[in-house]
Amino acid sequence: MNLHEYQARDILRRHGIPVPPGEVATTPAEARAIADRLGGKVVVKAQVHAGGRGKAGGVKLAKTPAEAEASARAILGMTIKGLTVHRVLIAPAAEIASESYVGIIVDRASQRPVLMVSAAGGIDIEEVAAQTPEKIHRLAIDPRYGLLPHQALTLGFTLYGDVKQARAAADIMQRLYTAVYAVGASLAEINPLVTTREGSVQALDAKIAIDDNELERRPDIAALRDPTAEAREEVLAREAGLTFIKLDGTVGCCVNGAGLAMATMDLVKYYGAEPANFLDIGGSSNPQKVVSALRIITSDPRVKVILFNIFGGITRTDDVANGIVQATRELSLKVPMVLRLTGTNQELAIDILTKAGFTALTDMDDAVKQAVALAKGKGA
Amino acid sequence: MSVFIDQSTRLVIQGITGRDGSFHAKQMMAYGTKVVAGVTPGKGGQQFEDSVPVFNTVADAVRERRANTAVIYVPAAVAASAIFEAADAGVQLIICITEGIPVLDMTRVLPFVHERGVRLIGPNCPGLISPGKSKVGIIPGNICQPGKIGVVSRSGTLTYEIIHQLSTHGMGQSTCVGIGGDPLIGTNFIHCLTAFEADAETAAIVMIGEIGGTDEQQAAEFVQHNVSKPVVGFIAGQTAPPGRRMGHAGAIISGSSGTAAEKMMAFEKAGIAVMKRPADVVGLLRERGIKGC
Repeated sequence: MNLHEYQARDILRRHGIPVPPGEVATTPAEARAIADRLGGKVVVKAQVHAGGRGKAGGVKLAKTPAEAEASARAILGMTIKGLTVHRVLIAPAAEIASESYVGIIVDRASQRPVLMVSAAGGIDIEEVAAQTPEKIHRLAIDPRYGLLPHQALTLGFTLYGDVKQARAAADIMQRLYTAVYAVGASLAEINPLVTTREGSVQALDAKIAIDDNELERRPDIAALRDPTAEAREEVLAREAGLTFIKLDGTVGCCVNGAGLAMATMDLVKYYGAEPANFLDIGGSSNPQKVVSALRIITSDPRVKVILFNIFGGITRTDDVANGIVQATRELSLKVPMVLRLTGTNQELAIDILTKAGFTALTDMDDAVKQAVALAKGKGA
Repeated sequence: MSVFIDQSTRLVIQGITGRDGSFHAKQMMAYGTKVVAGVTPGKGGQQFEDSVPVFNTVADAVRERRANTAVIYVPAAVAASAIFEAADAGVQLIICITEGIPVLDMTRVLPFVHERGVRLIGPNCPGLISPGKSKVGIIPGNICQPGKIGVVSRSGTLTYEIIHQLSTHGMGQSTCVGIGGDPLIGTNFIHCLTAFEADAETAAIVMIGEIGGTDEQQAAEFVQHNVSKPVVGFIAGQTAPPGRRMGHAGAIISGSSGTAAEKMMAFEKAGIAVMKRPADVVGLLRERGIKGC
């Protein structure tokens, strides 16, 4: 789960990291009032889960409260990478002397949290990482001891020659590391970490992603979820206990297991069509899940055929078959279905489906070929 | 010989009285796995299915029943703690089936098990099976056949699909290992390739990867220099959009690292035969001189 910038800034502030003031507005009038309170020049920033906000016109400088109101009016409601902006952050426009980058991710290769630090921070950090990786210092942290003071200070000196600033940066790194474990972050970054004209070190912008597996034990963090910032079908799917990702094709896919779901999408493409979605119905196969899955898939008018690919291991294929029969009673489907069920109780499953008037296949390639033919309007 | 488990495996099931644990305990017992103990705190002294003693702690199960392998079915909230407990009790092999363990918990679990010389398989994995000998986890026994193909995979049901392809064409398996779909796992492709290369019963290896991370690329490089047996590979997620998480916490493509195209290229470069679809597995093995048995 991604947090908005303003939420990430709150978390950093609670962990003692210096963050400039700033408040969130949902209307142009609120934006004006906040700019008025802050006084002076402000920056108005779109709060969406998409990178490249600035380049998309989602970040504007405003010299007066009236300009802040106008900027907020322009930004609120705009679409950045398919996501509508519902909130803007209003923060004072800082006089910046330098921009650095500090980030922590959990690294698969070292199996540890890795701290990444670069004096070349700012909006082009991804380019820096790709073109000049030597400008990024990396340190794998041993979670048994945490980030040790001398390690943080050594990295602080890669950012600043001044010892006071190096110490301030080291302190921020240690607090960021503490914050990662405290909120269950899979990624936490400060970009840019700035020095002001007066020489103080501050976190100007922050990004935090929370490991979804942490949410159950952290209700306070789970409450930060903003459903308006996500695609509607994906919110519905999550509430139904499904994993769903919208794609652009015409073959709706309903599969058990993430690996098989990806392999099914790949096979749809292999036979010449495009998948309309990724959907993993998971291990349990209660009929209600099948109903929800079909409802979500068919809400996309581009879907021309629905393909079920179920390999019963723990999942009993007769449960899925019952779910399909029940779902088609509750929903009137306007598109054909191609059903493939193999594995645990497959004879029962095929019997249930045949009695309900469906044809069920047992081979994955046969099923995908048939679905692709239907999607292309050739019939089966 | 088989890989990681065999007839000497003495299994303790953590969470044996739970819904999943009890179901799979019965499946494993029916398959012939030596289930010597179960653990559910507070239920010590009970008998599971009138034949398996239940203990309060793994340490008790190790002391009383000489358990040497643990399998974990407890809920995600307590699964990391269950791994710590098993490693502390002195079992040599831990298989964690549980899905949904926070990755930061795993950053603490992995050094703990590694420094005790314990092998952890998973978490978020289907476990492993040596057909006809022993099964630990949830891979359905009825789709497997004894034979000489070693299977290693990051996936669950996709692995079943490929095992099914092998079995229906008379190609049995020596051992099938599901290593799990999470970003931080105890046993990776290279550990399994090493074991299959050393295993006299394994004649060829099938490796099933997916998008995300660089494990497959590293495994490909390892194959090129260290594996003499034929290897056939598959990568799921060729049509996955970049930057999106596809169900498995591990299956995410960020930036340019970990795309299916990149991994398939690494396979080809290392001399691994690449399947375009799961059904290709049998033909590619035949081309490499492997026959059904």
